[in-house]
Amino acid sequence: MNENSWPYPLEYDKEETISCEVLVLGGGIAGCMAAISAAREGKNVVLVEKGATKMSGAGGSGCDHWESAATNPCSKVTPEELTQSMLDDNDGYNNGISHYIECREGWDRMLDIEKMGGKIRDTEDEFTGADFRDDNSKLMFAYDYENCFTLRIWGSTFKPAMYKELKRLGVKIYDRIMVTSLLTTKNGDDIHCIGATGMHTRTGKFFVFKSKSSIMCMSRPARIWLFSAELPGLAEFRPTQCIGDGHAMGWRAGAEFTMMEKSVGAEFSAAGRSYPPYGAGNNHNTWYAASMIDATGKEIPYADRDGNILKTVSDRFKPAKGQKYFMKGGNIDDANYEIDGPETLSLDKFAEGTYKIPLYADLSTLPEAERKVIWGMMIGEEGKTKVPIYQNYTRAGFDPEKHVLQCYGTGWRSGQFLPQERQLFGLPGGFMNDWQLQSNLKGLFVAGDALYASNCYGHAAATGYYAGRHAAKHADNAELKEPSIEQIENEKKRIYAPLKNNPAKSIGWKELNMGIAKTMQNYCGDVKHDELLDIGLTVLKEYEEDILSQTFAYNPHELTRLLEVFDILTNAQIILHASKARKNNSKSLCFTKAGSTDEKASEKKLIILKNEEGKIKQRELPVDFFGNLQENYEKHNTDYLKTNSHVE
Amino acid sequence: MSNKLQALKAEMPAANPIIIDDEKCIACNKCVEICQVDLFIPGPEKGTSPMVLYPGECWYCGNCVVVCPVEGAITLRHPLMNQARWVAKSDLLKDIKNK
Repeated sequence: MNENSWPYPLEYDKEETISCEVLVLGGGIAGCMAAISAAREGKNVVLVEKGATKMSGAGGSGCDHWESAATNPCSKVTPEELTQSMLDDNDGYNNGISHYIECREGWDRMLDIEKMGGKIRDTEDEFTGADFRDDNSKLMFAYDYENCFTLRIWGSTFKPAMYKELKRLGVKIYDRIMVTSLLTTKNGDDIHCIGATGMHTRTGKFFVFKSKSSIMCMSRPARIWLFSAELPGLAEFRPTQCIGDGHAMGWRAGAEFTMMEKSVGAEFSAAGRSYPPYGAGNNHNTWYAASMIDATGKEIPYADRDGNILKTVSDRFKPAKGQKYFMKGGNIDDANYEIDGPETLSLDKFAEGTYKIPLYADLSTLPEAERKVIWGMMIGEEGKTKVPIYQNYTRAGFDPEKHVLQCYGTGWRSGQFLPQERQLFGLPGGFMNDWQLQSNLKGLFVAGDALYASNCYGHAAATGYYAGRHAAKHADNAELKEPSIEQIENEKKRIYAPLKNNPAKSIGWKELNMGIAKTMQNYCGDVKHDELLDIGLTVLKEYEEDILSQTFAYNPHELTRLLEVFDILTNAQIILHASKARKNNSKSLCFTKAGSTDEKASEKKLIILKNEEGKIKQRELPVDFFGNLQENYEKHNTDYLKTNSHVE
Repeated sequence: MSNKLQALKAEMPAANPIIIDDEKCIACNKCVEICQVDLFIPGPEKGTSPMVLYPGECWYCGNCVVVCPVEGAITLRHPLMNQARWVAKSDLLKDIKNK
């Protein structure tokens, strides 16, 4: 495409500087809630988003359930119990601080979002009298109907509501700007984050953001092992543009990361092996607790954690005898015994041929309310299901009272993957945080997917709001600093260099991403070998030193995609370093190292890495470094507790 | 476009995720402005439909369809290989009876 036909002005040589008190990097769920929170503290807030804030981020198109809202009026579980379960379920390899915030403040955020215009209750009385509905509050629950801590929500209404609230509060929103680096300054041994740089994804214009506090709200890394040049948008579970830019710029600036050695066998990649999430037969998550039938129409029984066959559909939503509560429907990610929910008998239990494949998800025999809430409300409201699944299948004639939907894998997977195909899923690694959700970079707070061991919508919203108010407080005692001209000029040189190359001889973003993905499959597969990890690091170093200078992009859009892949390269390097650093095998980290002899090394320890001017610095902390959750939370949040205590 | 010109230019993408009906499209560009991946560009002249410049980058979220003010002006279509199969349950049961 030549320059004349590009529909936007090309402004690679233009620059704009913007100052604020609190700078929010990324406008997904966490970013919106962070900006709302800081603005409510009276701060002058700027939010920078690569897409369009109104519907951006992993939860931008919707969400069907909000987990672990332990303080909602119907909950029979405390935040302390629930967080402890999440920690125990992962042998401690979980973010106690962020998940306690999720459990403790999640309900507050739901009420907030409801006030903004989001729908959290069955106000139209569509489901009156259903087992999962509390008819007083009109709240609707998922999974464990006795303990009521996960709520079904109309999540497609949430993001537009937050956007309206941002506007109302006067937050300045900069859409279509990719944040490319953090601006930092050194003060003794401390590194302070004093802002960020960005590039407009349509015009290529350069931006300098100066701030007293900044909040990192970008996604977890993606496309490290999985890539498709034809269908890159389907390569991962997260949106195309959410590839973990934040991790990469944080690493380059000296931020600490932990659990980056964790990856799981791929579960979702519709560019190749699997089907669109929630679009094929399964009985997990959104589809819990669909009946599963075999190819002859025979139902696969559900059993509780002790193997007792459940006789009725309503039993699928109750804890087992002697069990206080269960976390999720179906045994997702090998839940431990304490919190293991009802699940259909596993495939190996009927390998003798009692059942015929393929299996199908069957909603036709469920009670009407259960069928309608899955095919309708949940499939209608989950991220990217309203149009491509619910509307399109319905239009094509799918009738949940008559039709059964084929399964292509086991559990919630809809495909079988190779062992070297991996992805960051199920509480992956990320930024290390303290009780303020501050990183080791002073003035840089972190929320949502960027945090280590992050997961869902409620976690993003709760940690976003929390980081927002702590960042606001930090801004009270911080000054705006002038960024170094050298840092800015180096960044411009880095991001615009590809424009100068000759396209006929250069390498594009897809070729680079493919190269990285294959390198990671070759040298950092399901079993880690130290020798292979070293080769992986050598190959990626060669990419960094020799290949990046040979890349080319035709326009700001392609340059954005290319800079993302530069970030993917950095993220792959973090993963290789973290995989080298851990010497012991760990089931919870899904980490296996060939020839690991010292099983006790770093057991129950978080390995924390940072990049100090090219040198890797490592330290360890016990997984429960955060101490007593309730005490520490209350110590660090006295102001919030004064103004937000609930009268139940 | 003459056939010879088309013959030189065309490479069919791996998928056509977004199909715009030019008859129905009112060229409001709401889809262009909501797309998170930014795979559209506005039409070359005022009043013309947006163009899908980067179809492979589509995440299939459906936001473009949600914000489109004209029913049926945009259709989102999963690639053929991702179109899941369903059957009438009565057919499963019938097959068994016949065996």
